[in-house]
This record gives sequence, structure tokens and C-alpha cells, in this order.
Amino acid sequence: MDFAASLSLVAPEILLSTAGLVLLLVAAWAGDGASRAISIASVAVLAACAFMVAPALCSGAMGPDTVAFSGQFRADAFASFAKLLIYAAGGAALIVAPAFFERVHAMRAEYPVLILFAVLGMGLMVSASDLLTLYIGLELNSLAAYVLAAFLRDDERSAEAGLKYFVLGALASGILLFGMSLTYGFTGTTSFEGIRAALSGTISMGALFGAIFMLAGLSFKIAAVPFHMWTPDVYEGAPTPVTTFFATAPKVAAVALSMRVTLDAFGGQVAAWQQIVIFAALASVIVGALGAIGQTNIKRLLAYSSINNVGFILIGLAAATPQGASAMLVYLAIYIAMSVGGFVAVLMLKDADGAPVEGIAEIAGLSRHRKVLAACLAMVMFSLAGIPPLFGFWGKFVVFQAAVQAGLVPLAAIGIAASVIGAFYYLKVVKVMYFDEPANVAVGKSDWAHQALLAIAALFISPLGYLLTRWLGALADKAAAALFLAA
Amino acid sequence: MIGIEHYVVVSSILFVLGVLGIFLNRKNVIVILMAIELILLAVNINLVAFSAFLNDLTGQIFAMFVLTVAAGEAAIGLAILVIYFRDRGSIAVDDVNRMKG
Repeated sequence: MDFAASLSLVAPEILLSTAGLVLLLVAAWAGDGASRAISIASVAVLAACAFMVAPALCSGAMGPDTVAFSGQFRADAFASFAKLLIYAAGGAALIVAPAFFERVHAMRAEYPVLILFAVLGMGLMVSASDLLTLYIGLELNSLAAYVLAAFLRDDERSAEAGLKYFVLGALASGILLFGMSLTYGFTGTTSFEGIRAALSGTISMGALFGAIFMLAGLSFKIAAVPFHMWTPDVYEGAPTPVTTFFATAPKVAAVALSMRVTLDAFGGQVAAWQQIVIFAALASVIVGALGAIGQTNIKRLLAYSSINNVGFILIGLAAATPQGASAMLVYLAIYIAMSVGGFVAVLMLKDADGAPVEGIAEIAGLSRHRKVLAACLAMVMFSLAGIPPLFGFWGKFVVFQAAVQAGLVPLAAIGIAASVIGAFYYLKVVKVMYFDEPANVAVGKSDWAHQALLAIAALFISPLGYLLTRWLGALADKAAAALFLAA
Repeated sequence: MIGIEHYVVVSSILFVLGVLGIFLNRKNVIVILMAIELILLAVNINLVAFSAFLNDLTGQIFAMFVLTVAAGEAAIGLAILVIYFRDRGSIAVDDVNRMKG
């Protein structure tokens, strides 16, 4: 494949990086006054990138025509599916930010630029077909994310969240990198295709250690148990728009990357990693459900909910079939909508002065004075719990179906049992909002951008979402087919 | 004769020292930054040794990328540490406890 063809395959990444650099210059020259304009430009750039990657998904692009730069980068239907979700989540994080930061005079022009660079890194992660691209994408995303976590630099909790995220994230990158160096040493190559070819027989001890270290590093990034301990602190401490971003886009990117590494690079050695993924899935589902009980901060509660949801997504990975991969992608799409809905609803909880309200006790009786907001938040909670008329049920259904068809009946059974435990704390929030004595704290007005975004998310997770199942399933099937063809 | 396994053993020891440095250290966040650097350098020893052993340049190119990213990572880590210190007036590890649960 010649250079021009390679360049045309990475066009969305080129646009993102050029736009990021140009907007950074604009930010330096025009100052914080231009931050709203830069945010709007960034959303436009993300929309343009979405239009650039959509054709590859619709046509189900796969095979050698999608490989750029001699096997470093792959722009197939799978990458396009993940990128569309990432761009949507990045756009949501940009849209919700100004109203939140302007109240504390912290809306700096760097925010949209950092989001753009993080999105660029995540695009590289999901398109990686070589350990080198994987590492560069992951670090580009992580370095931008550390800064974003500490973005409210006068706020003690934000600085602490940034510090914790940095230390544990850097440790995770180190573990992942050590695994990659072992994999390189024992297979003699860094390309996923080459690793797969080199590991066709019984796996050597060194390559097995490499795979385990890589899985450990990746589970840090997707916040799967036992590497989840940073999640509640970072989600609570980071500014809420940034938490909205953390709970959605990096999750998609890291899960998609884990799928590439396990199903493509180590796809010939399913027995070597399947047990580990099953353990991580079950532990995440259970710890996520139990840890959330007794939380008093709603952002912490949603952090445990995200750990719980990652467990359900990993059940699809444990199946190691195209159907499981397709189910994971459907679950991710629904999870993005639920997470954005949940965190935007949290952003809309403000007291009379406009200061954010995060305590669960403070939203008692919310249904009396903020009827629509309480109804939307209740819908998000029911959907996260997977209660049938809402769309969240569909994600859990396809994942469990894939697990059962792959013969993992006990795994699916325990998963369903744990989701019943999870329902307890989701319903507790609904009970506090609807049946407790009003605390009359969260009475502040909402921003129109938040209302619009919450309305879209609520519409998607409402029973109307089922109209999309056929279409969403077909796209996810195409993406999964591209992943398995490469494998 | 020094073979590939000696290099792998040295890098593994350095890696474990780095990880322990993060978890056992209760004093100072700067020490954590140094431990992270140690982990990345252990990886570099691995990469360069494997590269020479396999007669394959990829490992050395990879090591260059790791060095570059490590520099960026250290810069961002120190920047976050500076704003943390400005808020709290301390960089002791035991004081990083505003959020719990």
C-alpha cells in the first residue's frame, strides 16, 4: 500500500491533530475569552471526523485495504464503530463544560484542546494493529486525561484526583509496557498479526507472562476489578464534565483495545486468557454492585456503577466469539447513552446559588420541584439496573445471550444474580427522589445545553430505543466481522 | 558469558523494585515519580536486550518512543504535583486522603 493511500486512511486523525494544534495556537493568542468559540469549533471538528469514519462502518470495511503504514494502523469497520462512540462522548463532554466551568471562572481555552488530543489518542488506540501504535495512542489519551482530572486547579479534590489518576495510570502504563516488551521478546515482532502467527502452537512461559501483564495494564484502563480502586476517587474528585468524559470515551477505547489485543494478537491462545477475563468480569460485577451500597455521593455511586457495567461488557469478551464481540459493541453504545444521561443529570443538580449538588441525601424529594429532571434520572437508574422496558435491558440481554451460546451458562447465571444486587442501589436513588421528605436543596436552574443533551440520552434509553435494535445490531455485527477477519 | 536471560532478570528486578517503590513508599510523592521512571527504564533494558538478541531494530525504535513518552509523563506528573502542593502545602503520601470510601 502506498503512502498516499495510507494518508487517506488516517484522514480523521490528521484532521484531529491539525485542528488540535491550530486551536491551541488560537487559545494561546486569544486567551480564555475565546474558550466558547474554541469549544464550538472542536465540536464541529468531531462532527466532521464522524462523517469521515462513518462510511467505513456502513460498508463494513475490512481486510488488507484498511491497513495503513505497513501494518501499524487499521481503519476497519470495528475501529469506525468505536470511533463514532468516542467522538459522540467527546462532543458531549465539550457541550456540557462551559456552563459548569464558567460559574467558577475556570473555563479555560485548553479544555476543548485537551479533549481533542485525548480523542485523537483514543482513535489511535482503537485503530492500533501494532504494539507501538497501541502505546502511543494510549499515552496520548492518558496524558491529556491526567491534566483534565486536575483541571479545577484551585479545588483540592480535583488536584488530588489528578494526582491519584496520574500515579495509578502511569503504573498501569508501566505494567502494560512490561508485558509488551516480554511479548516482543518471546514472539520477535510487535505487530498483532505477527504475534498471532508466532503463537500458533503451545504458548511459551514468557509470552504467557507478557499476555498477563498486558491484560493487567488494560484492566486498569477499563477499571475492571482487581484494578478498579482509582475509579471512585477520580470520578468524585474530577470536575463533573470531565467525569462525564472519563466514564464514556476512554472506556470505549480501552475496551475496544482489549478486544483487539485478546481476540486478534492473542486470538490463537484463547485458553490462556479466558479464565482471567471470566474472573475479572465476575469480580467487577460483584464488587461494582456491593461497593455502591452505602455511598453517599452520587458521582461515587455512578463510578461503582461503571465498574459493574464493565463487568457485564467483559462477559461478552469471555465468550470469545464474533457474537460476543458484537454484543459488547451494542452494550457499549447503550452504556455511553446511559452514562452521559446520568452525569448530565448530576450536572443539572444545583442549589439556589448554582453550586453543584452531589450528595444523595440532598436530592431527597426531587420529584416534587424538578419533575422532569427526577423522571430522567429515575429512567437512567432503571436503565442501568437493566429493568426491561428501558433500553439498558437490551445490552445485558445480548451479552448474556452470547455467553450462554458460548457455553458459559454459570457465568451468565452469576451475572444475572449480581445484577439483582445492583438493582438495589439504583432503586434506592429512585426511592430517595420520589418518596423521601423534600430536602429542597437542588432547586437551581439548568442550562439549555444540558437539558437538550439529557433529552437526547433519555430518548435513546427509553423504550423507543428498541426501534434501533436491528440497525445497531447489524452495524455491530459488521464491526465484529471486521475484527475477526483481521484475527 | 552474559546471555539474554541475565538481561531479563535484571530488568525484572528493576521492574519489581519500581512497583514496590510505589506501594511501600509512605513518605513522598516525588519518590513515586522516580519509581515510575524506574519501571519505564526496566522496560527499556528489556526492549534493547531483546532487540540485540533477535537482530531486529523494532525494539530499539520502541525504546526511543518510550524515552520520549517518559519525558512527557514526568513533566505532566510534576505539573500536577505543583498544583497539588499549592492547594495543600504538602506532598506526603499519607496526606492524599481527601476522598475515601
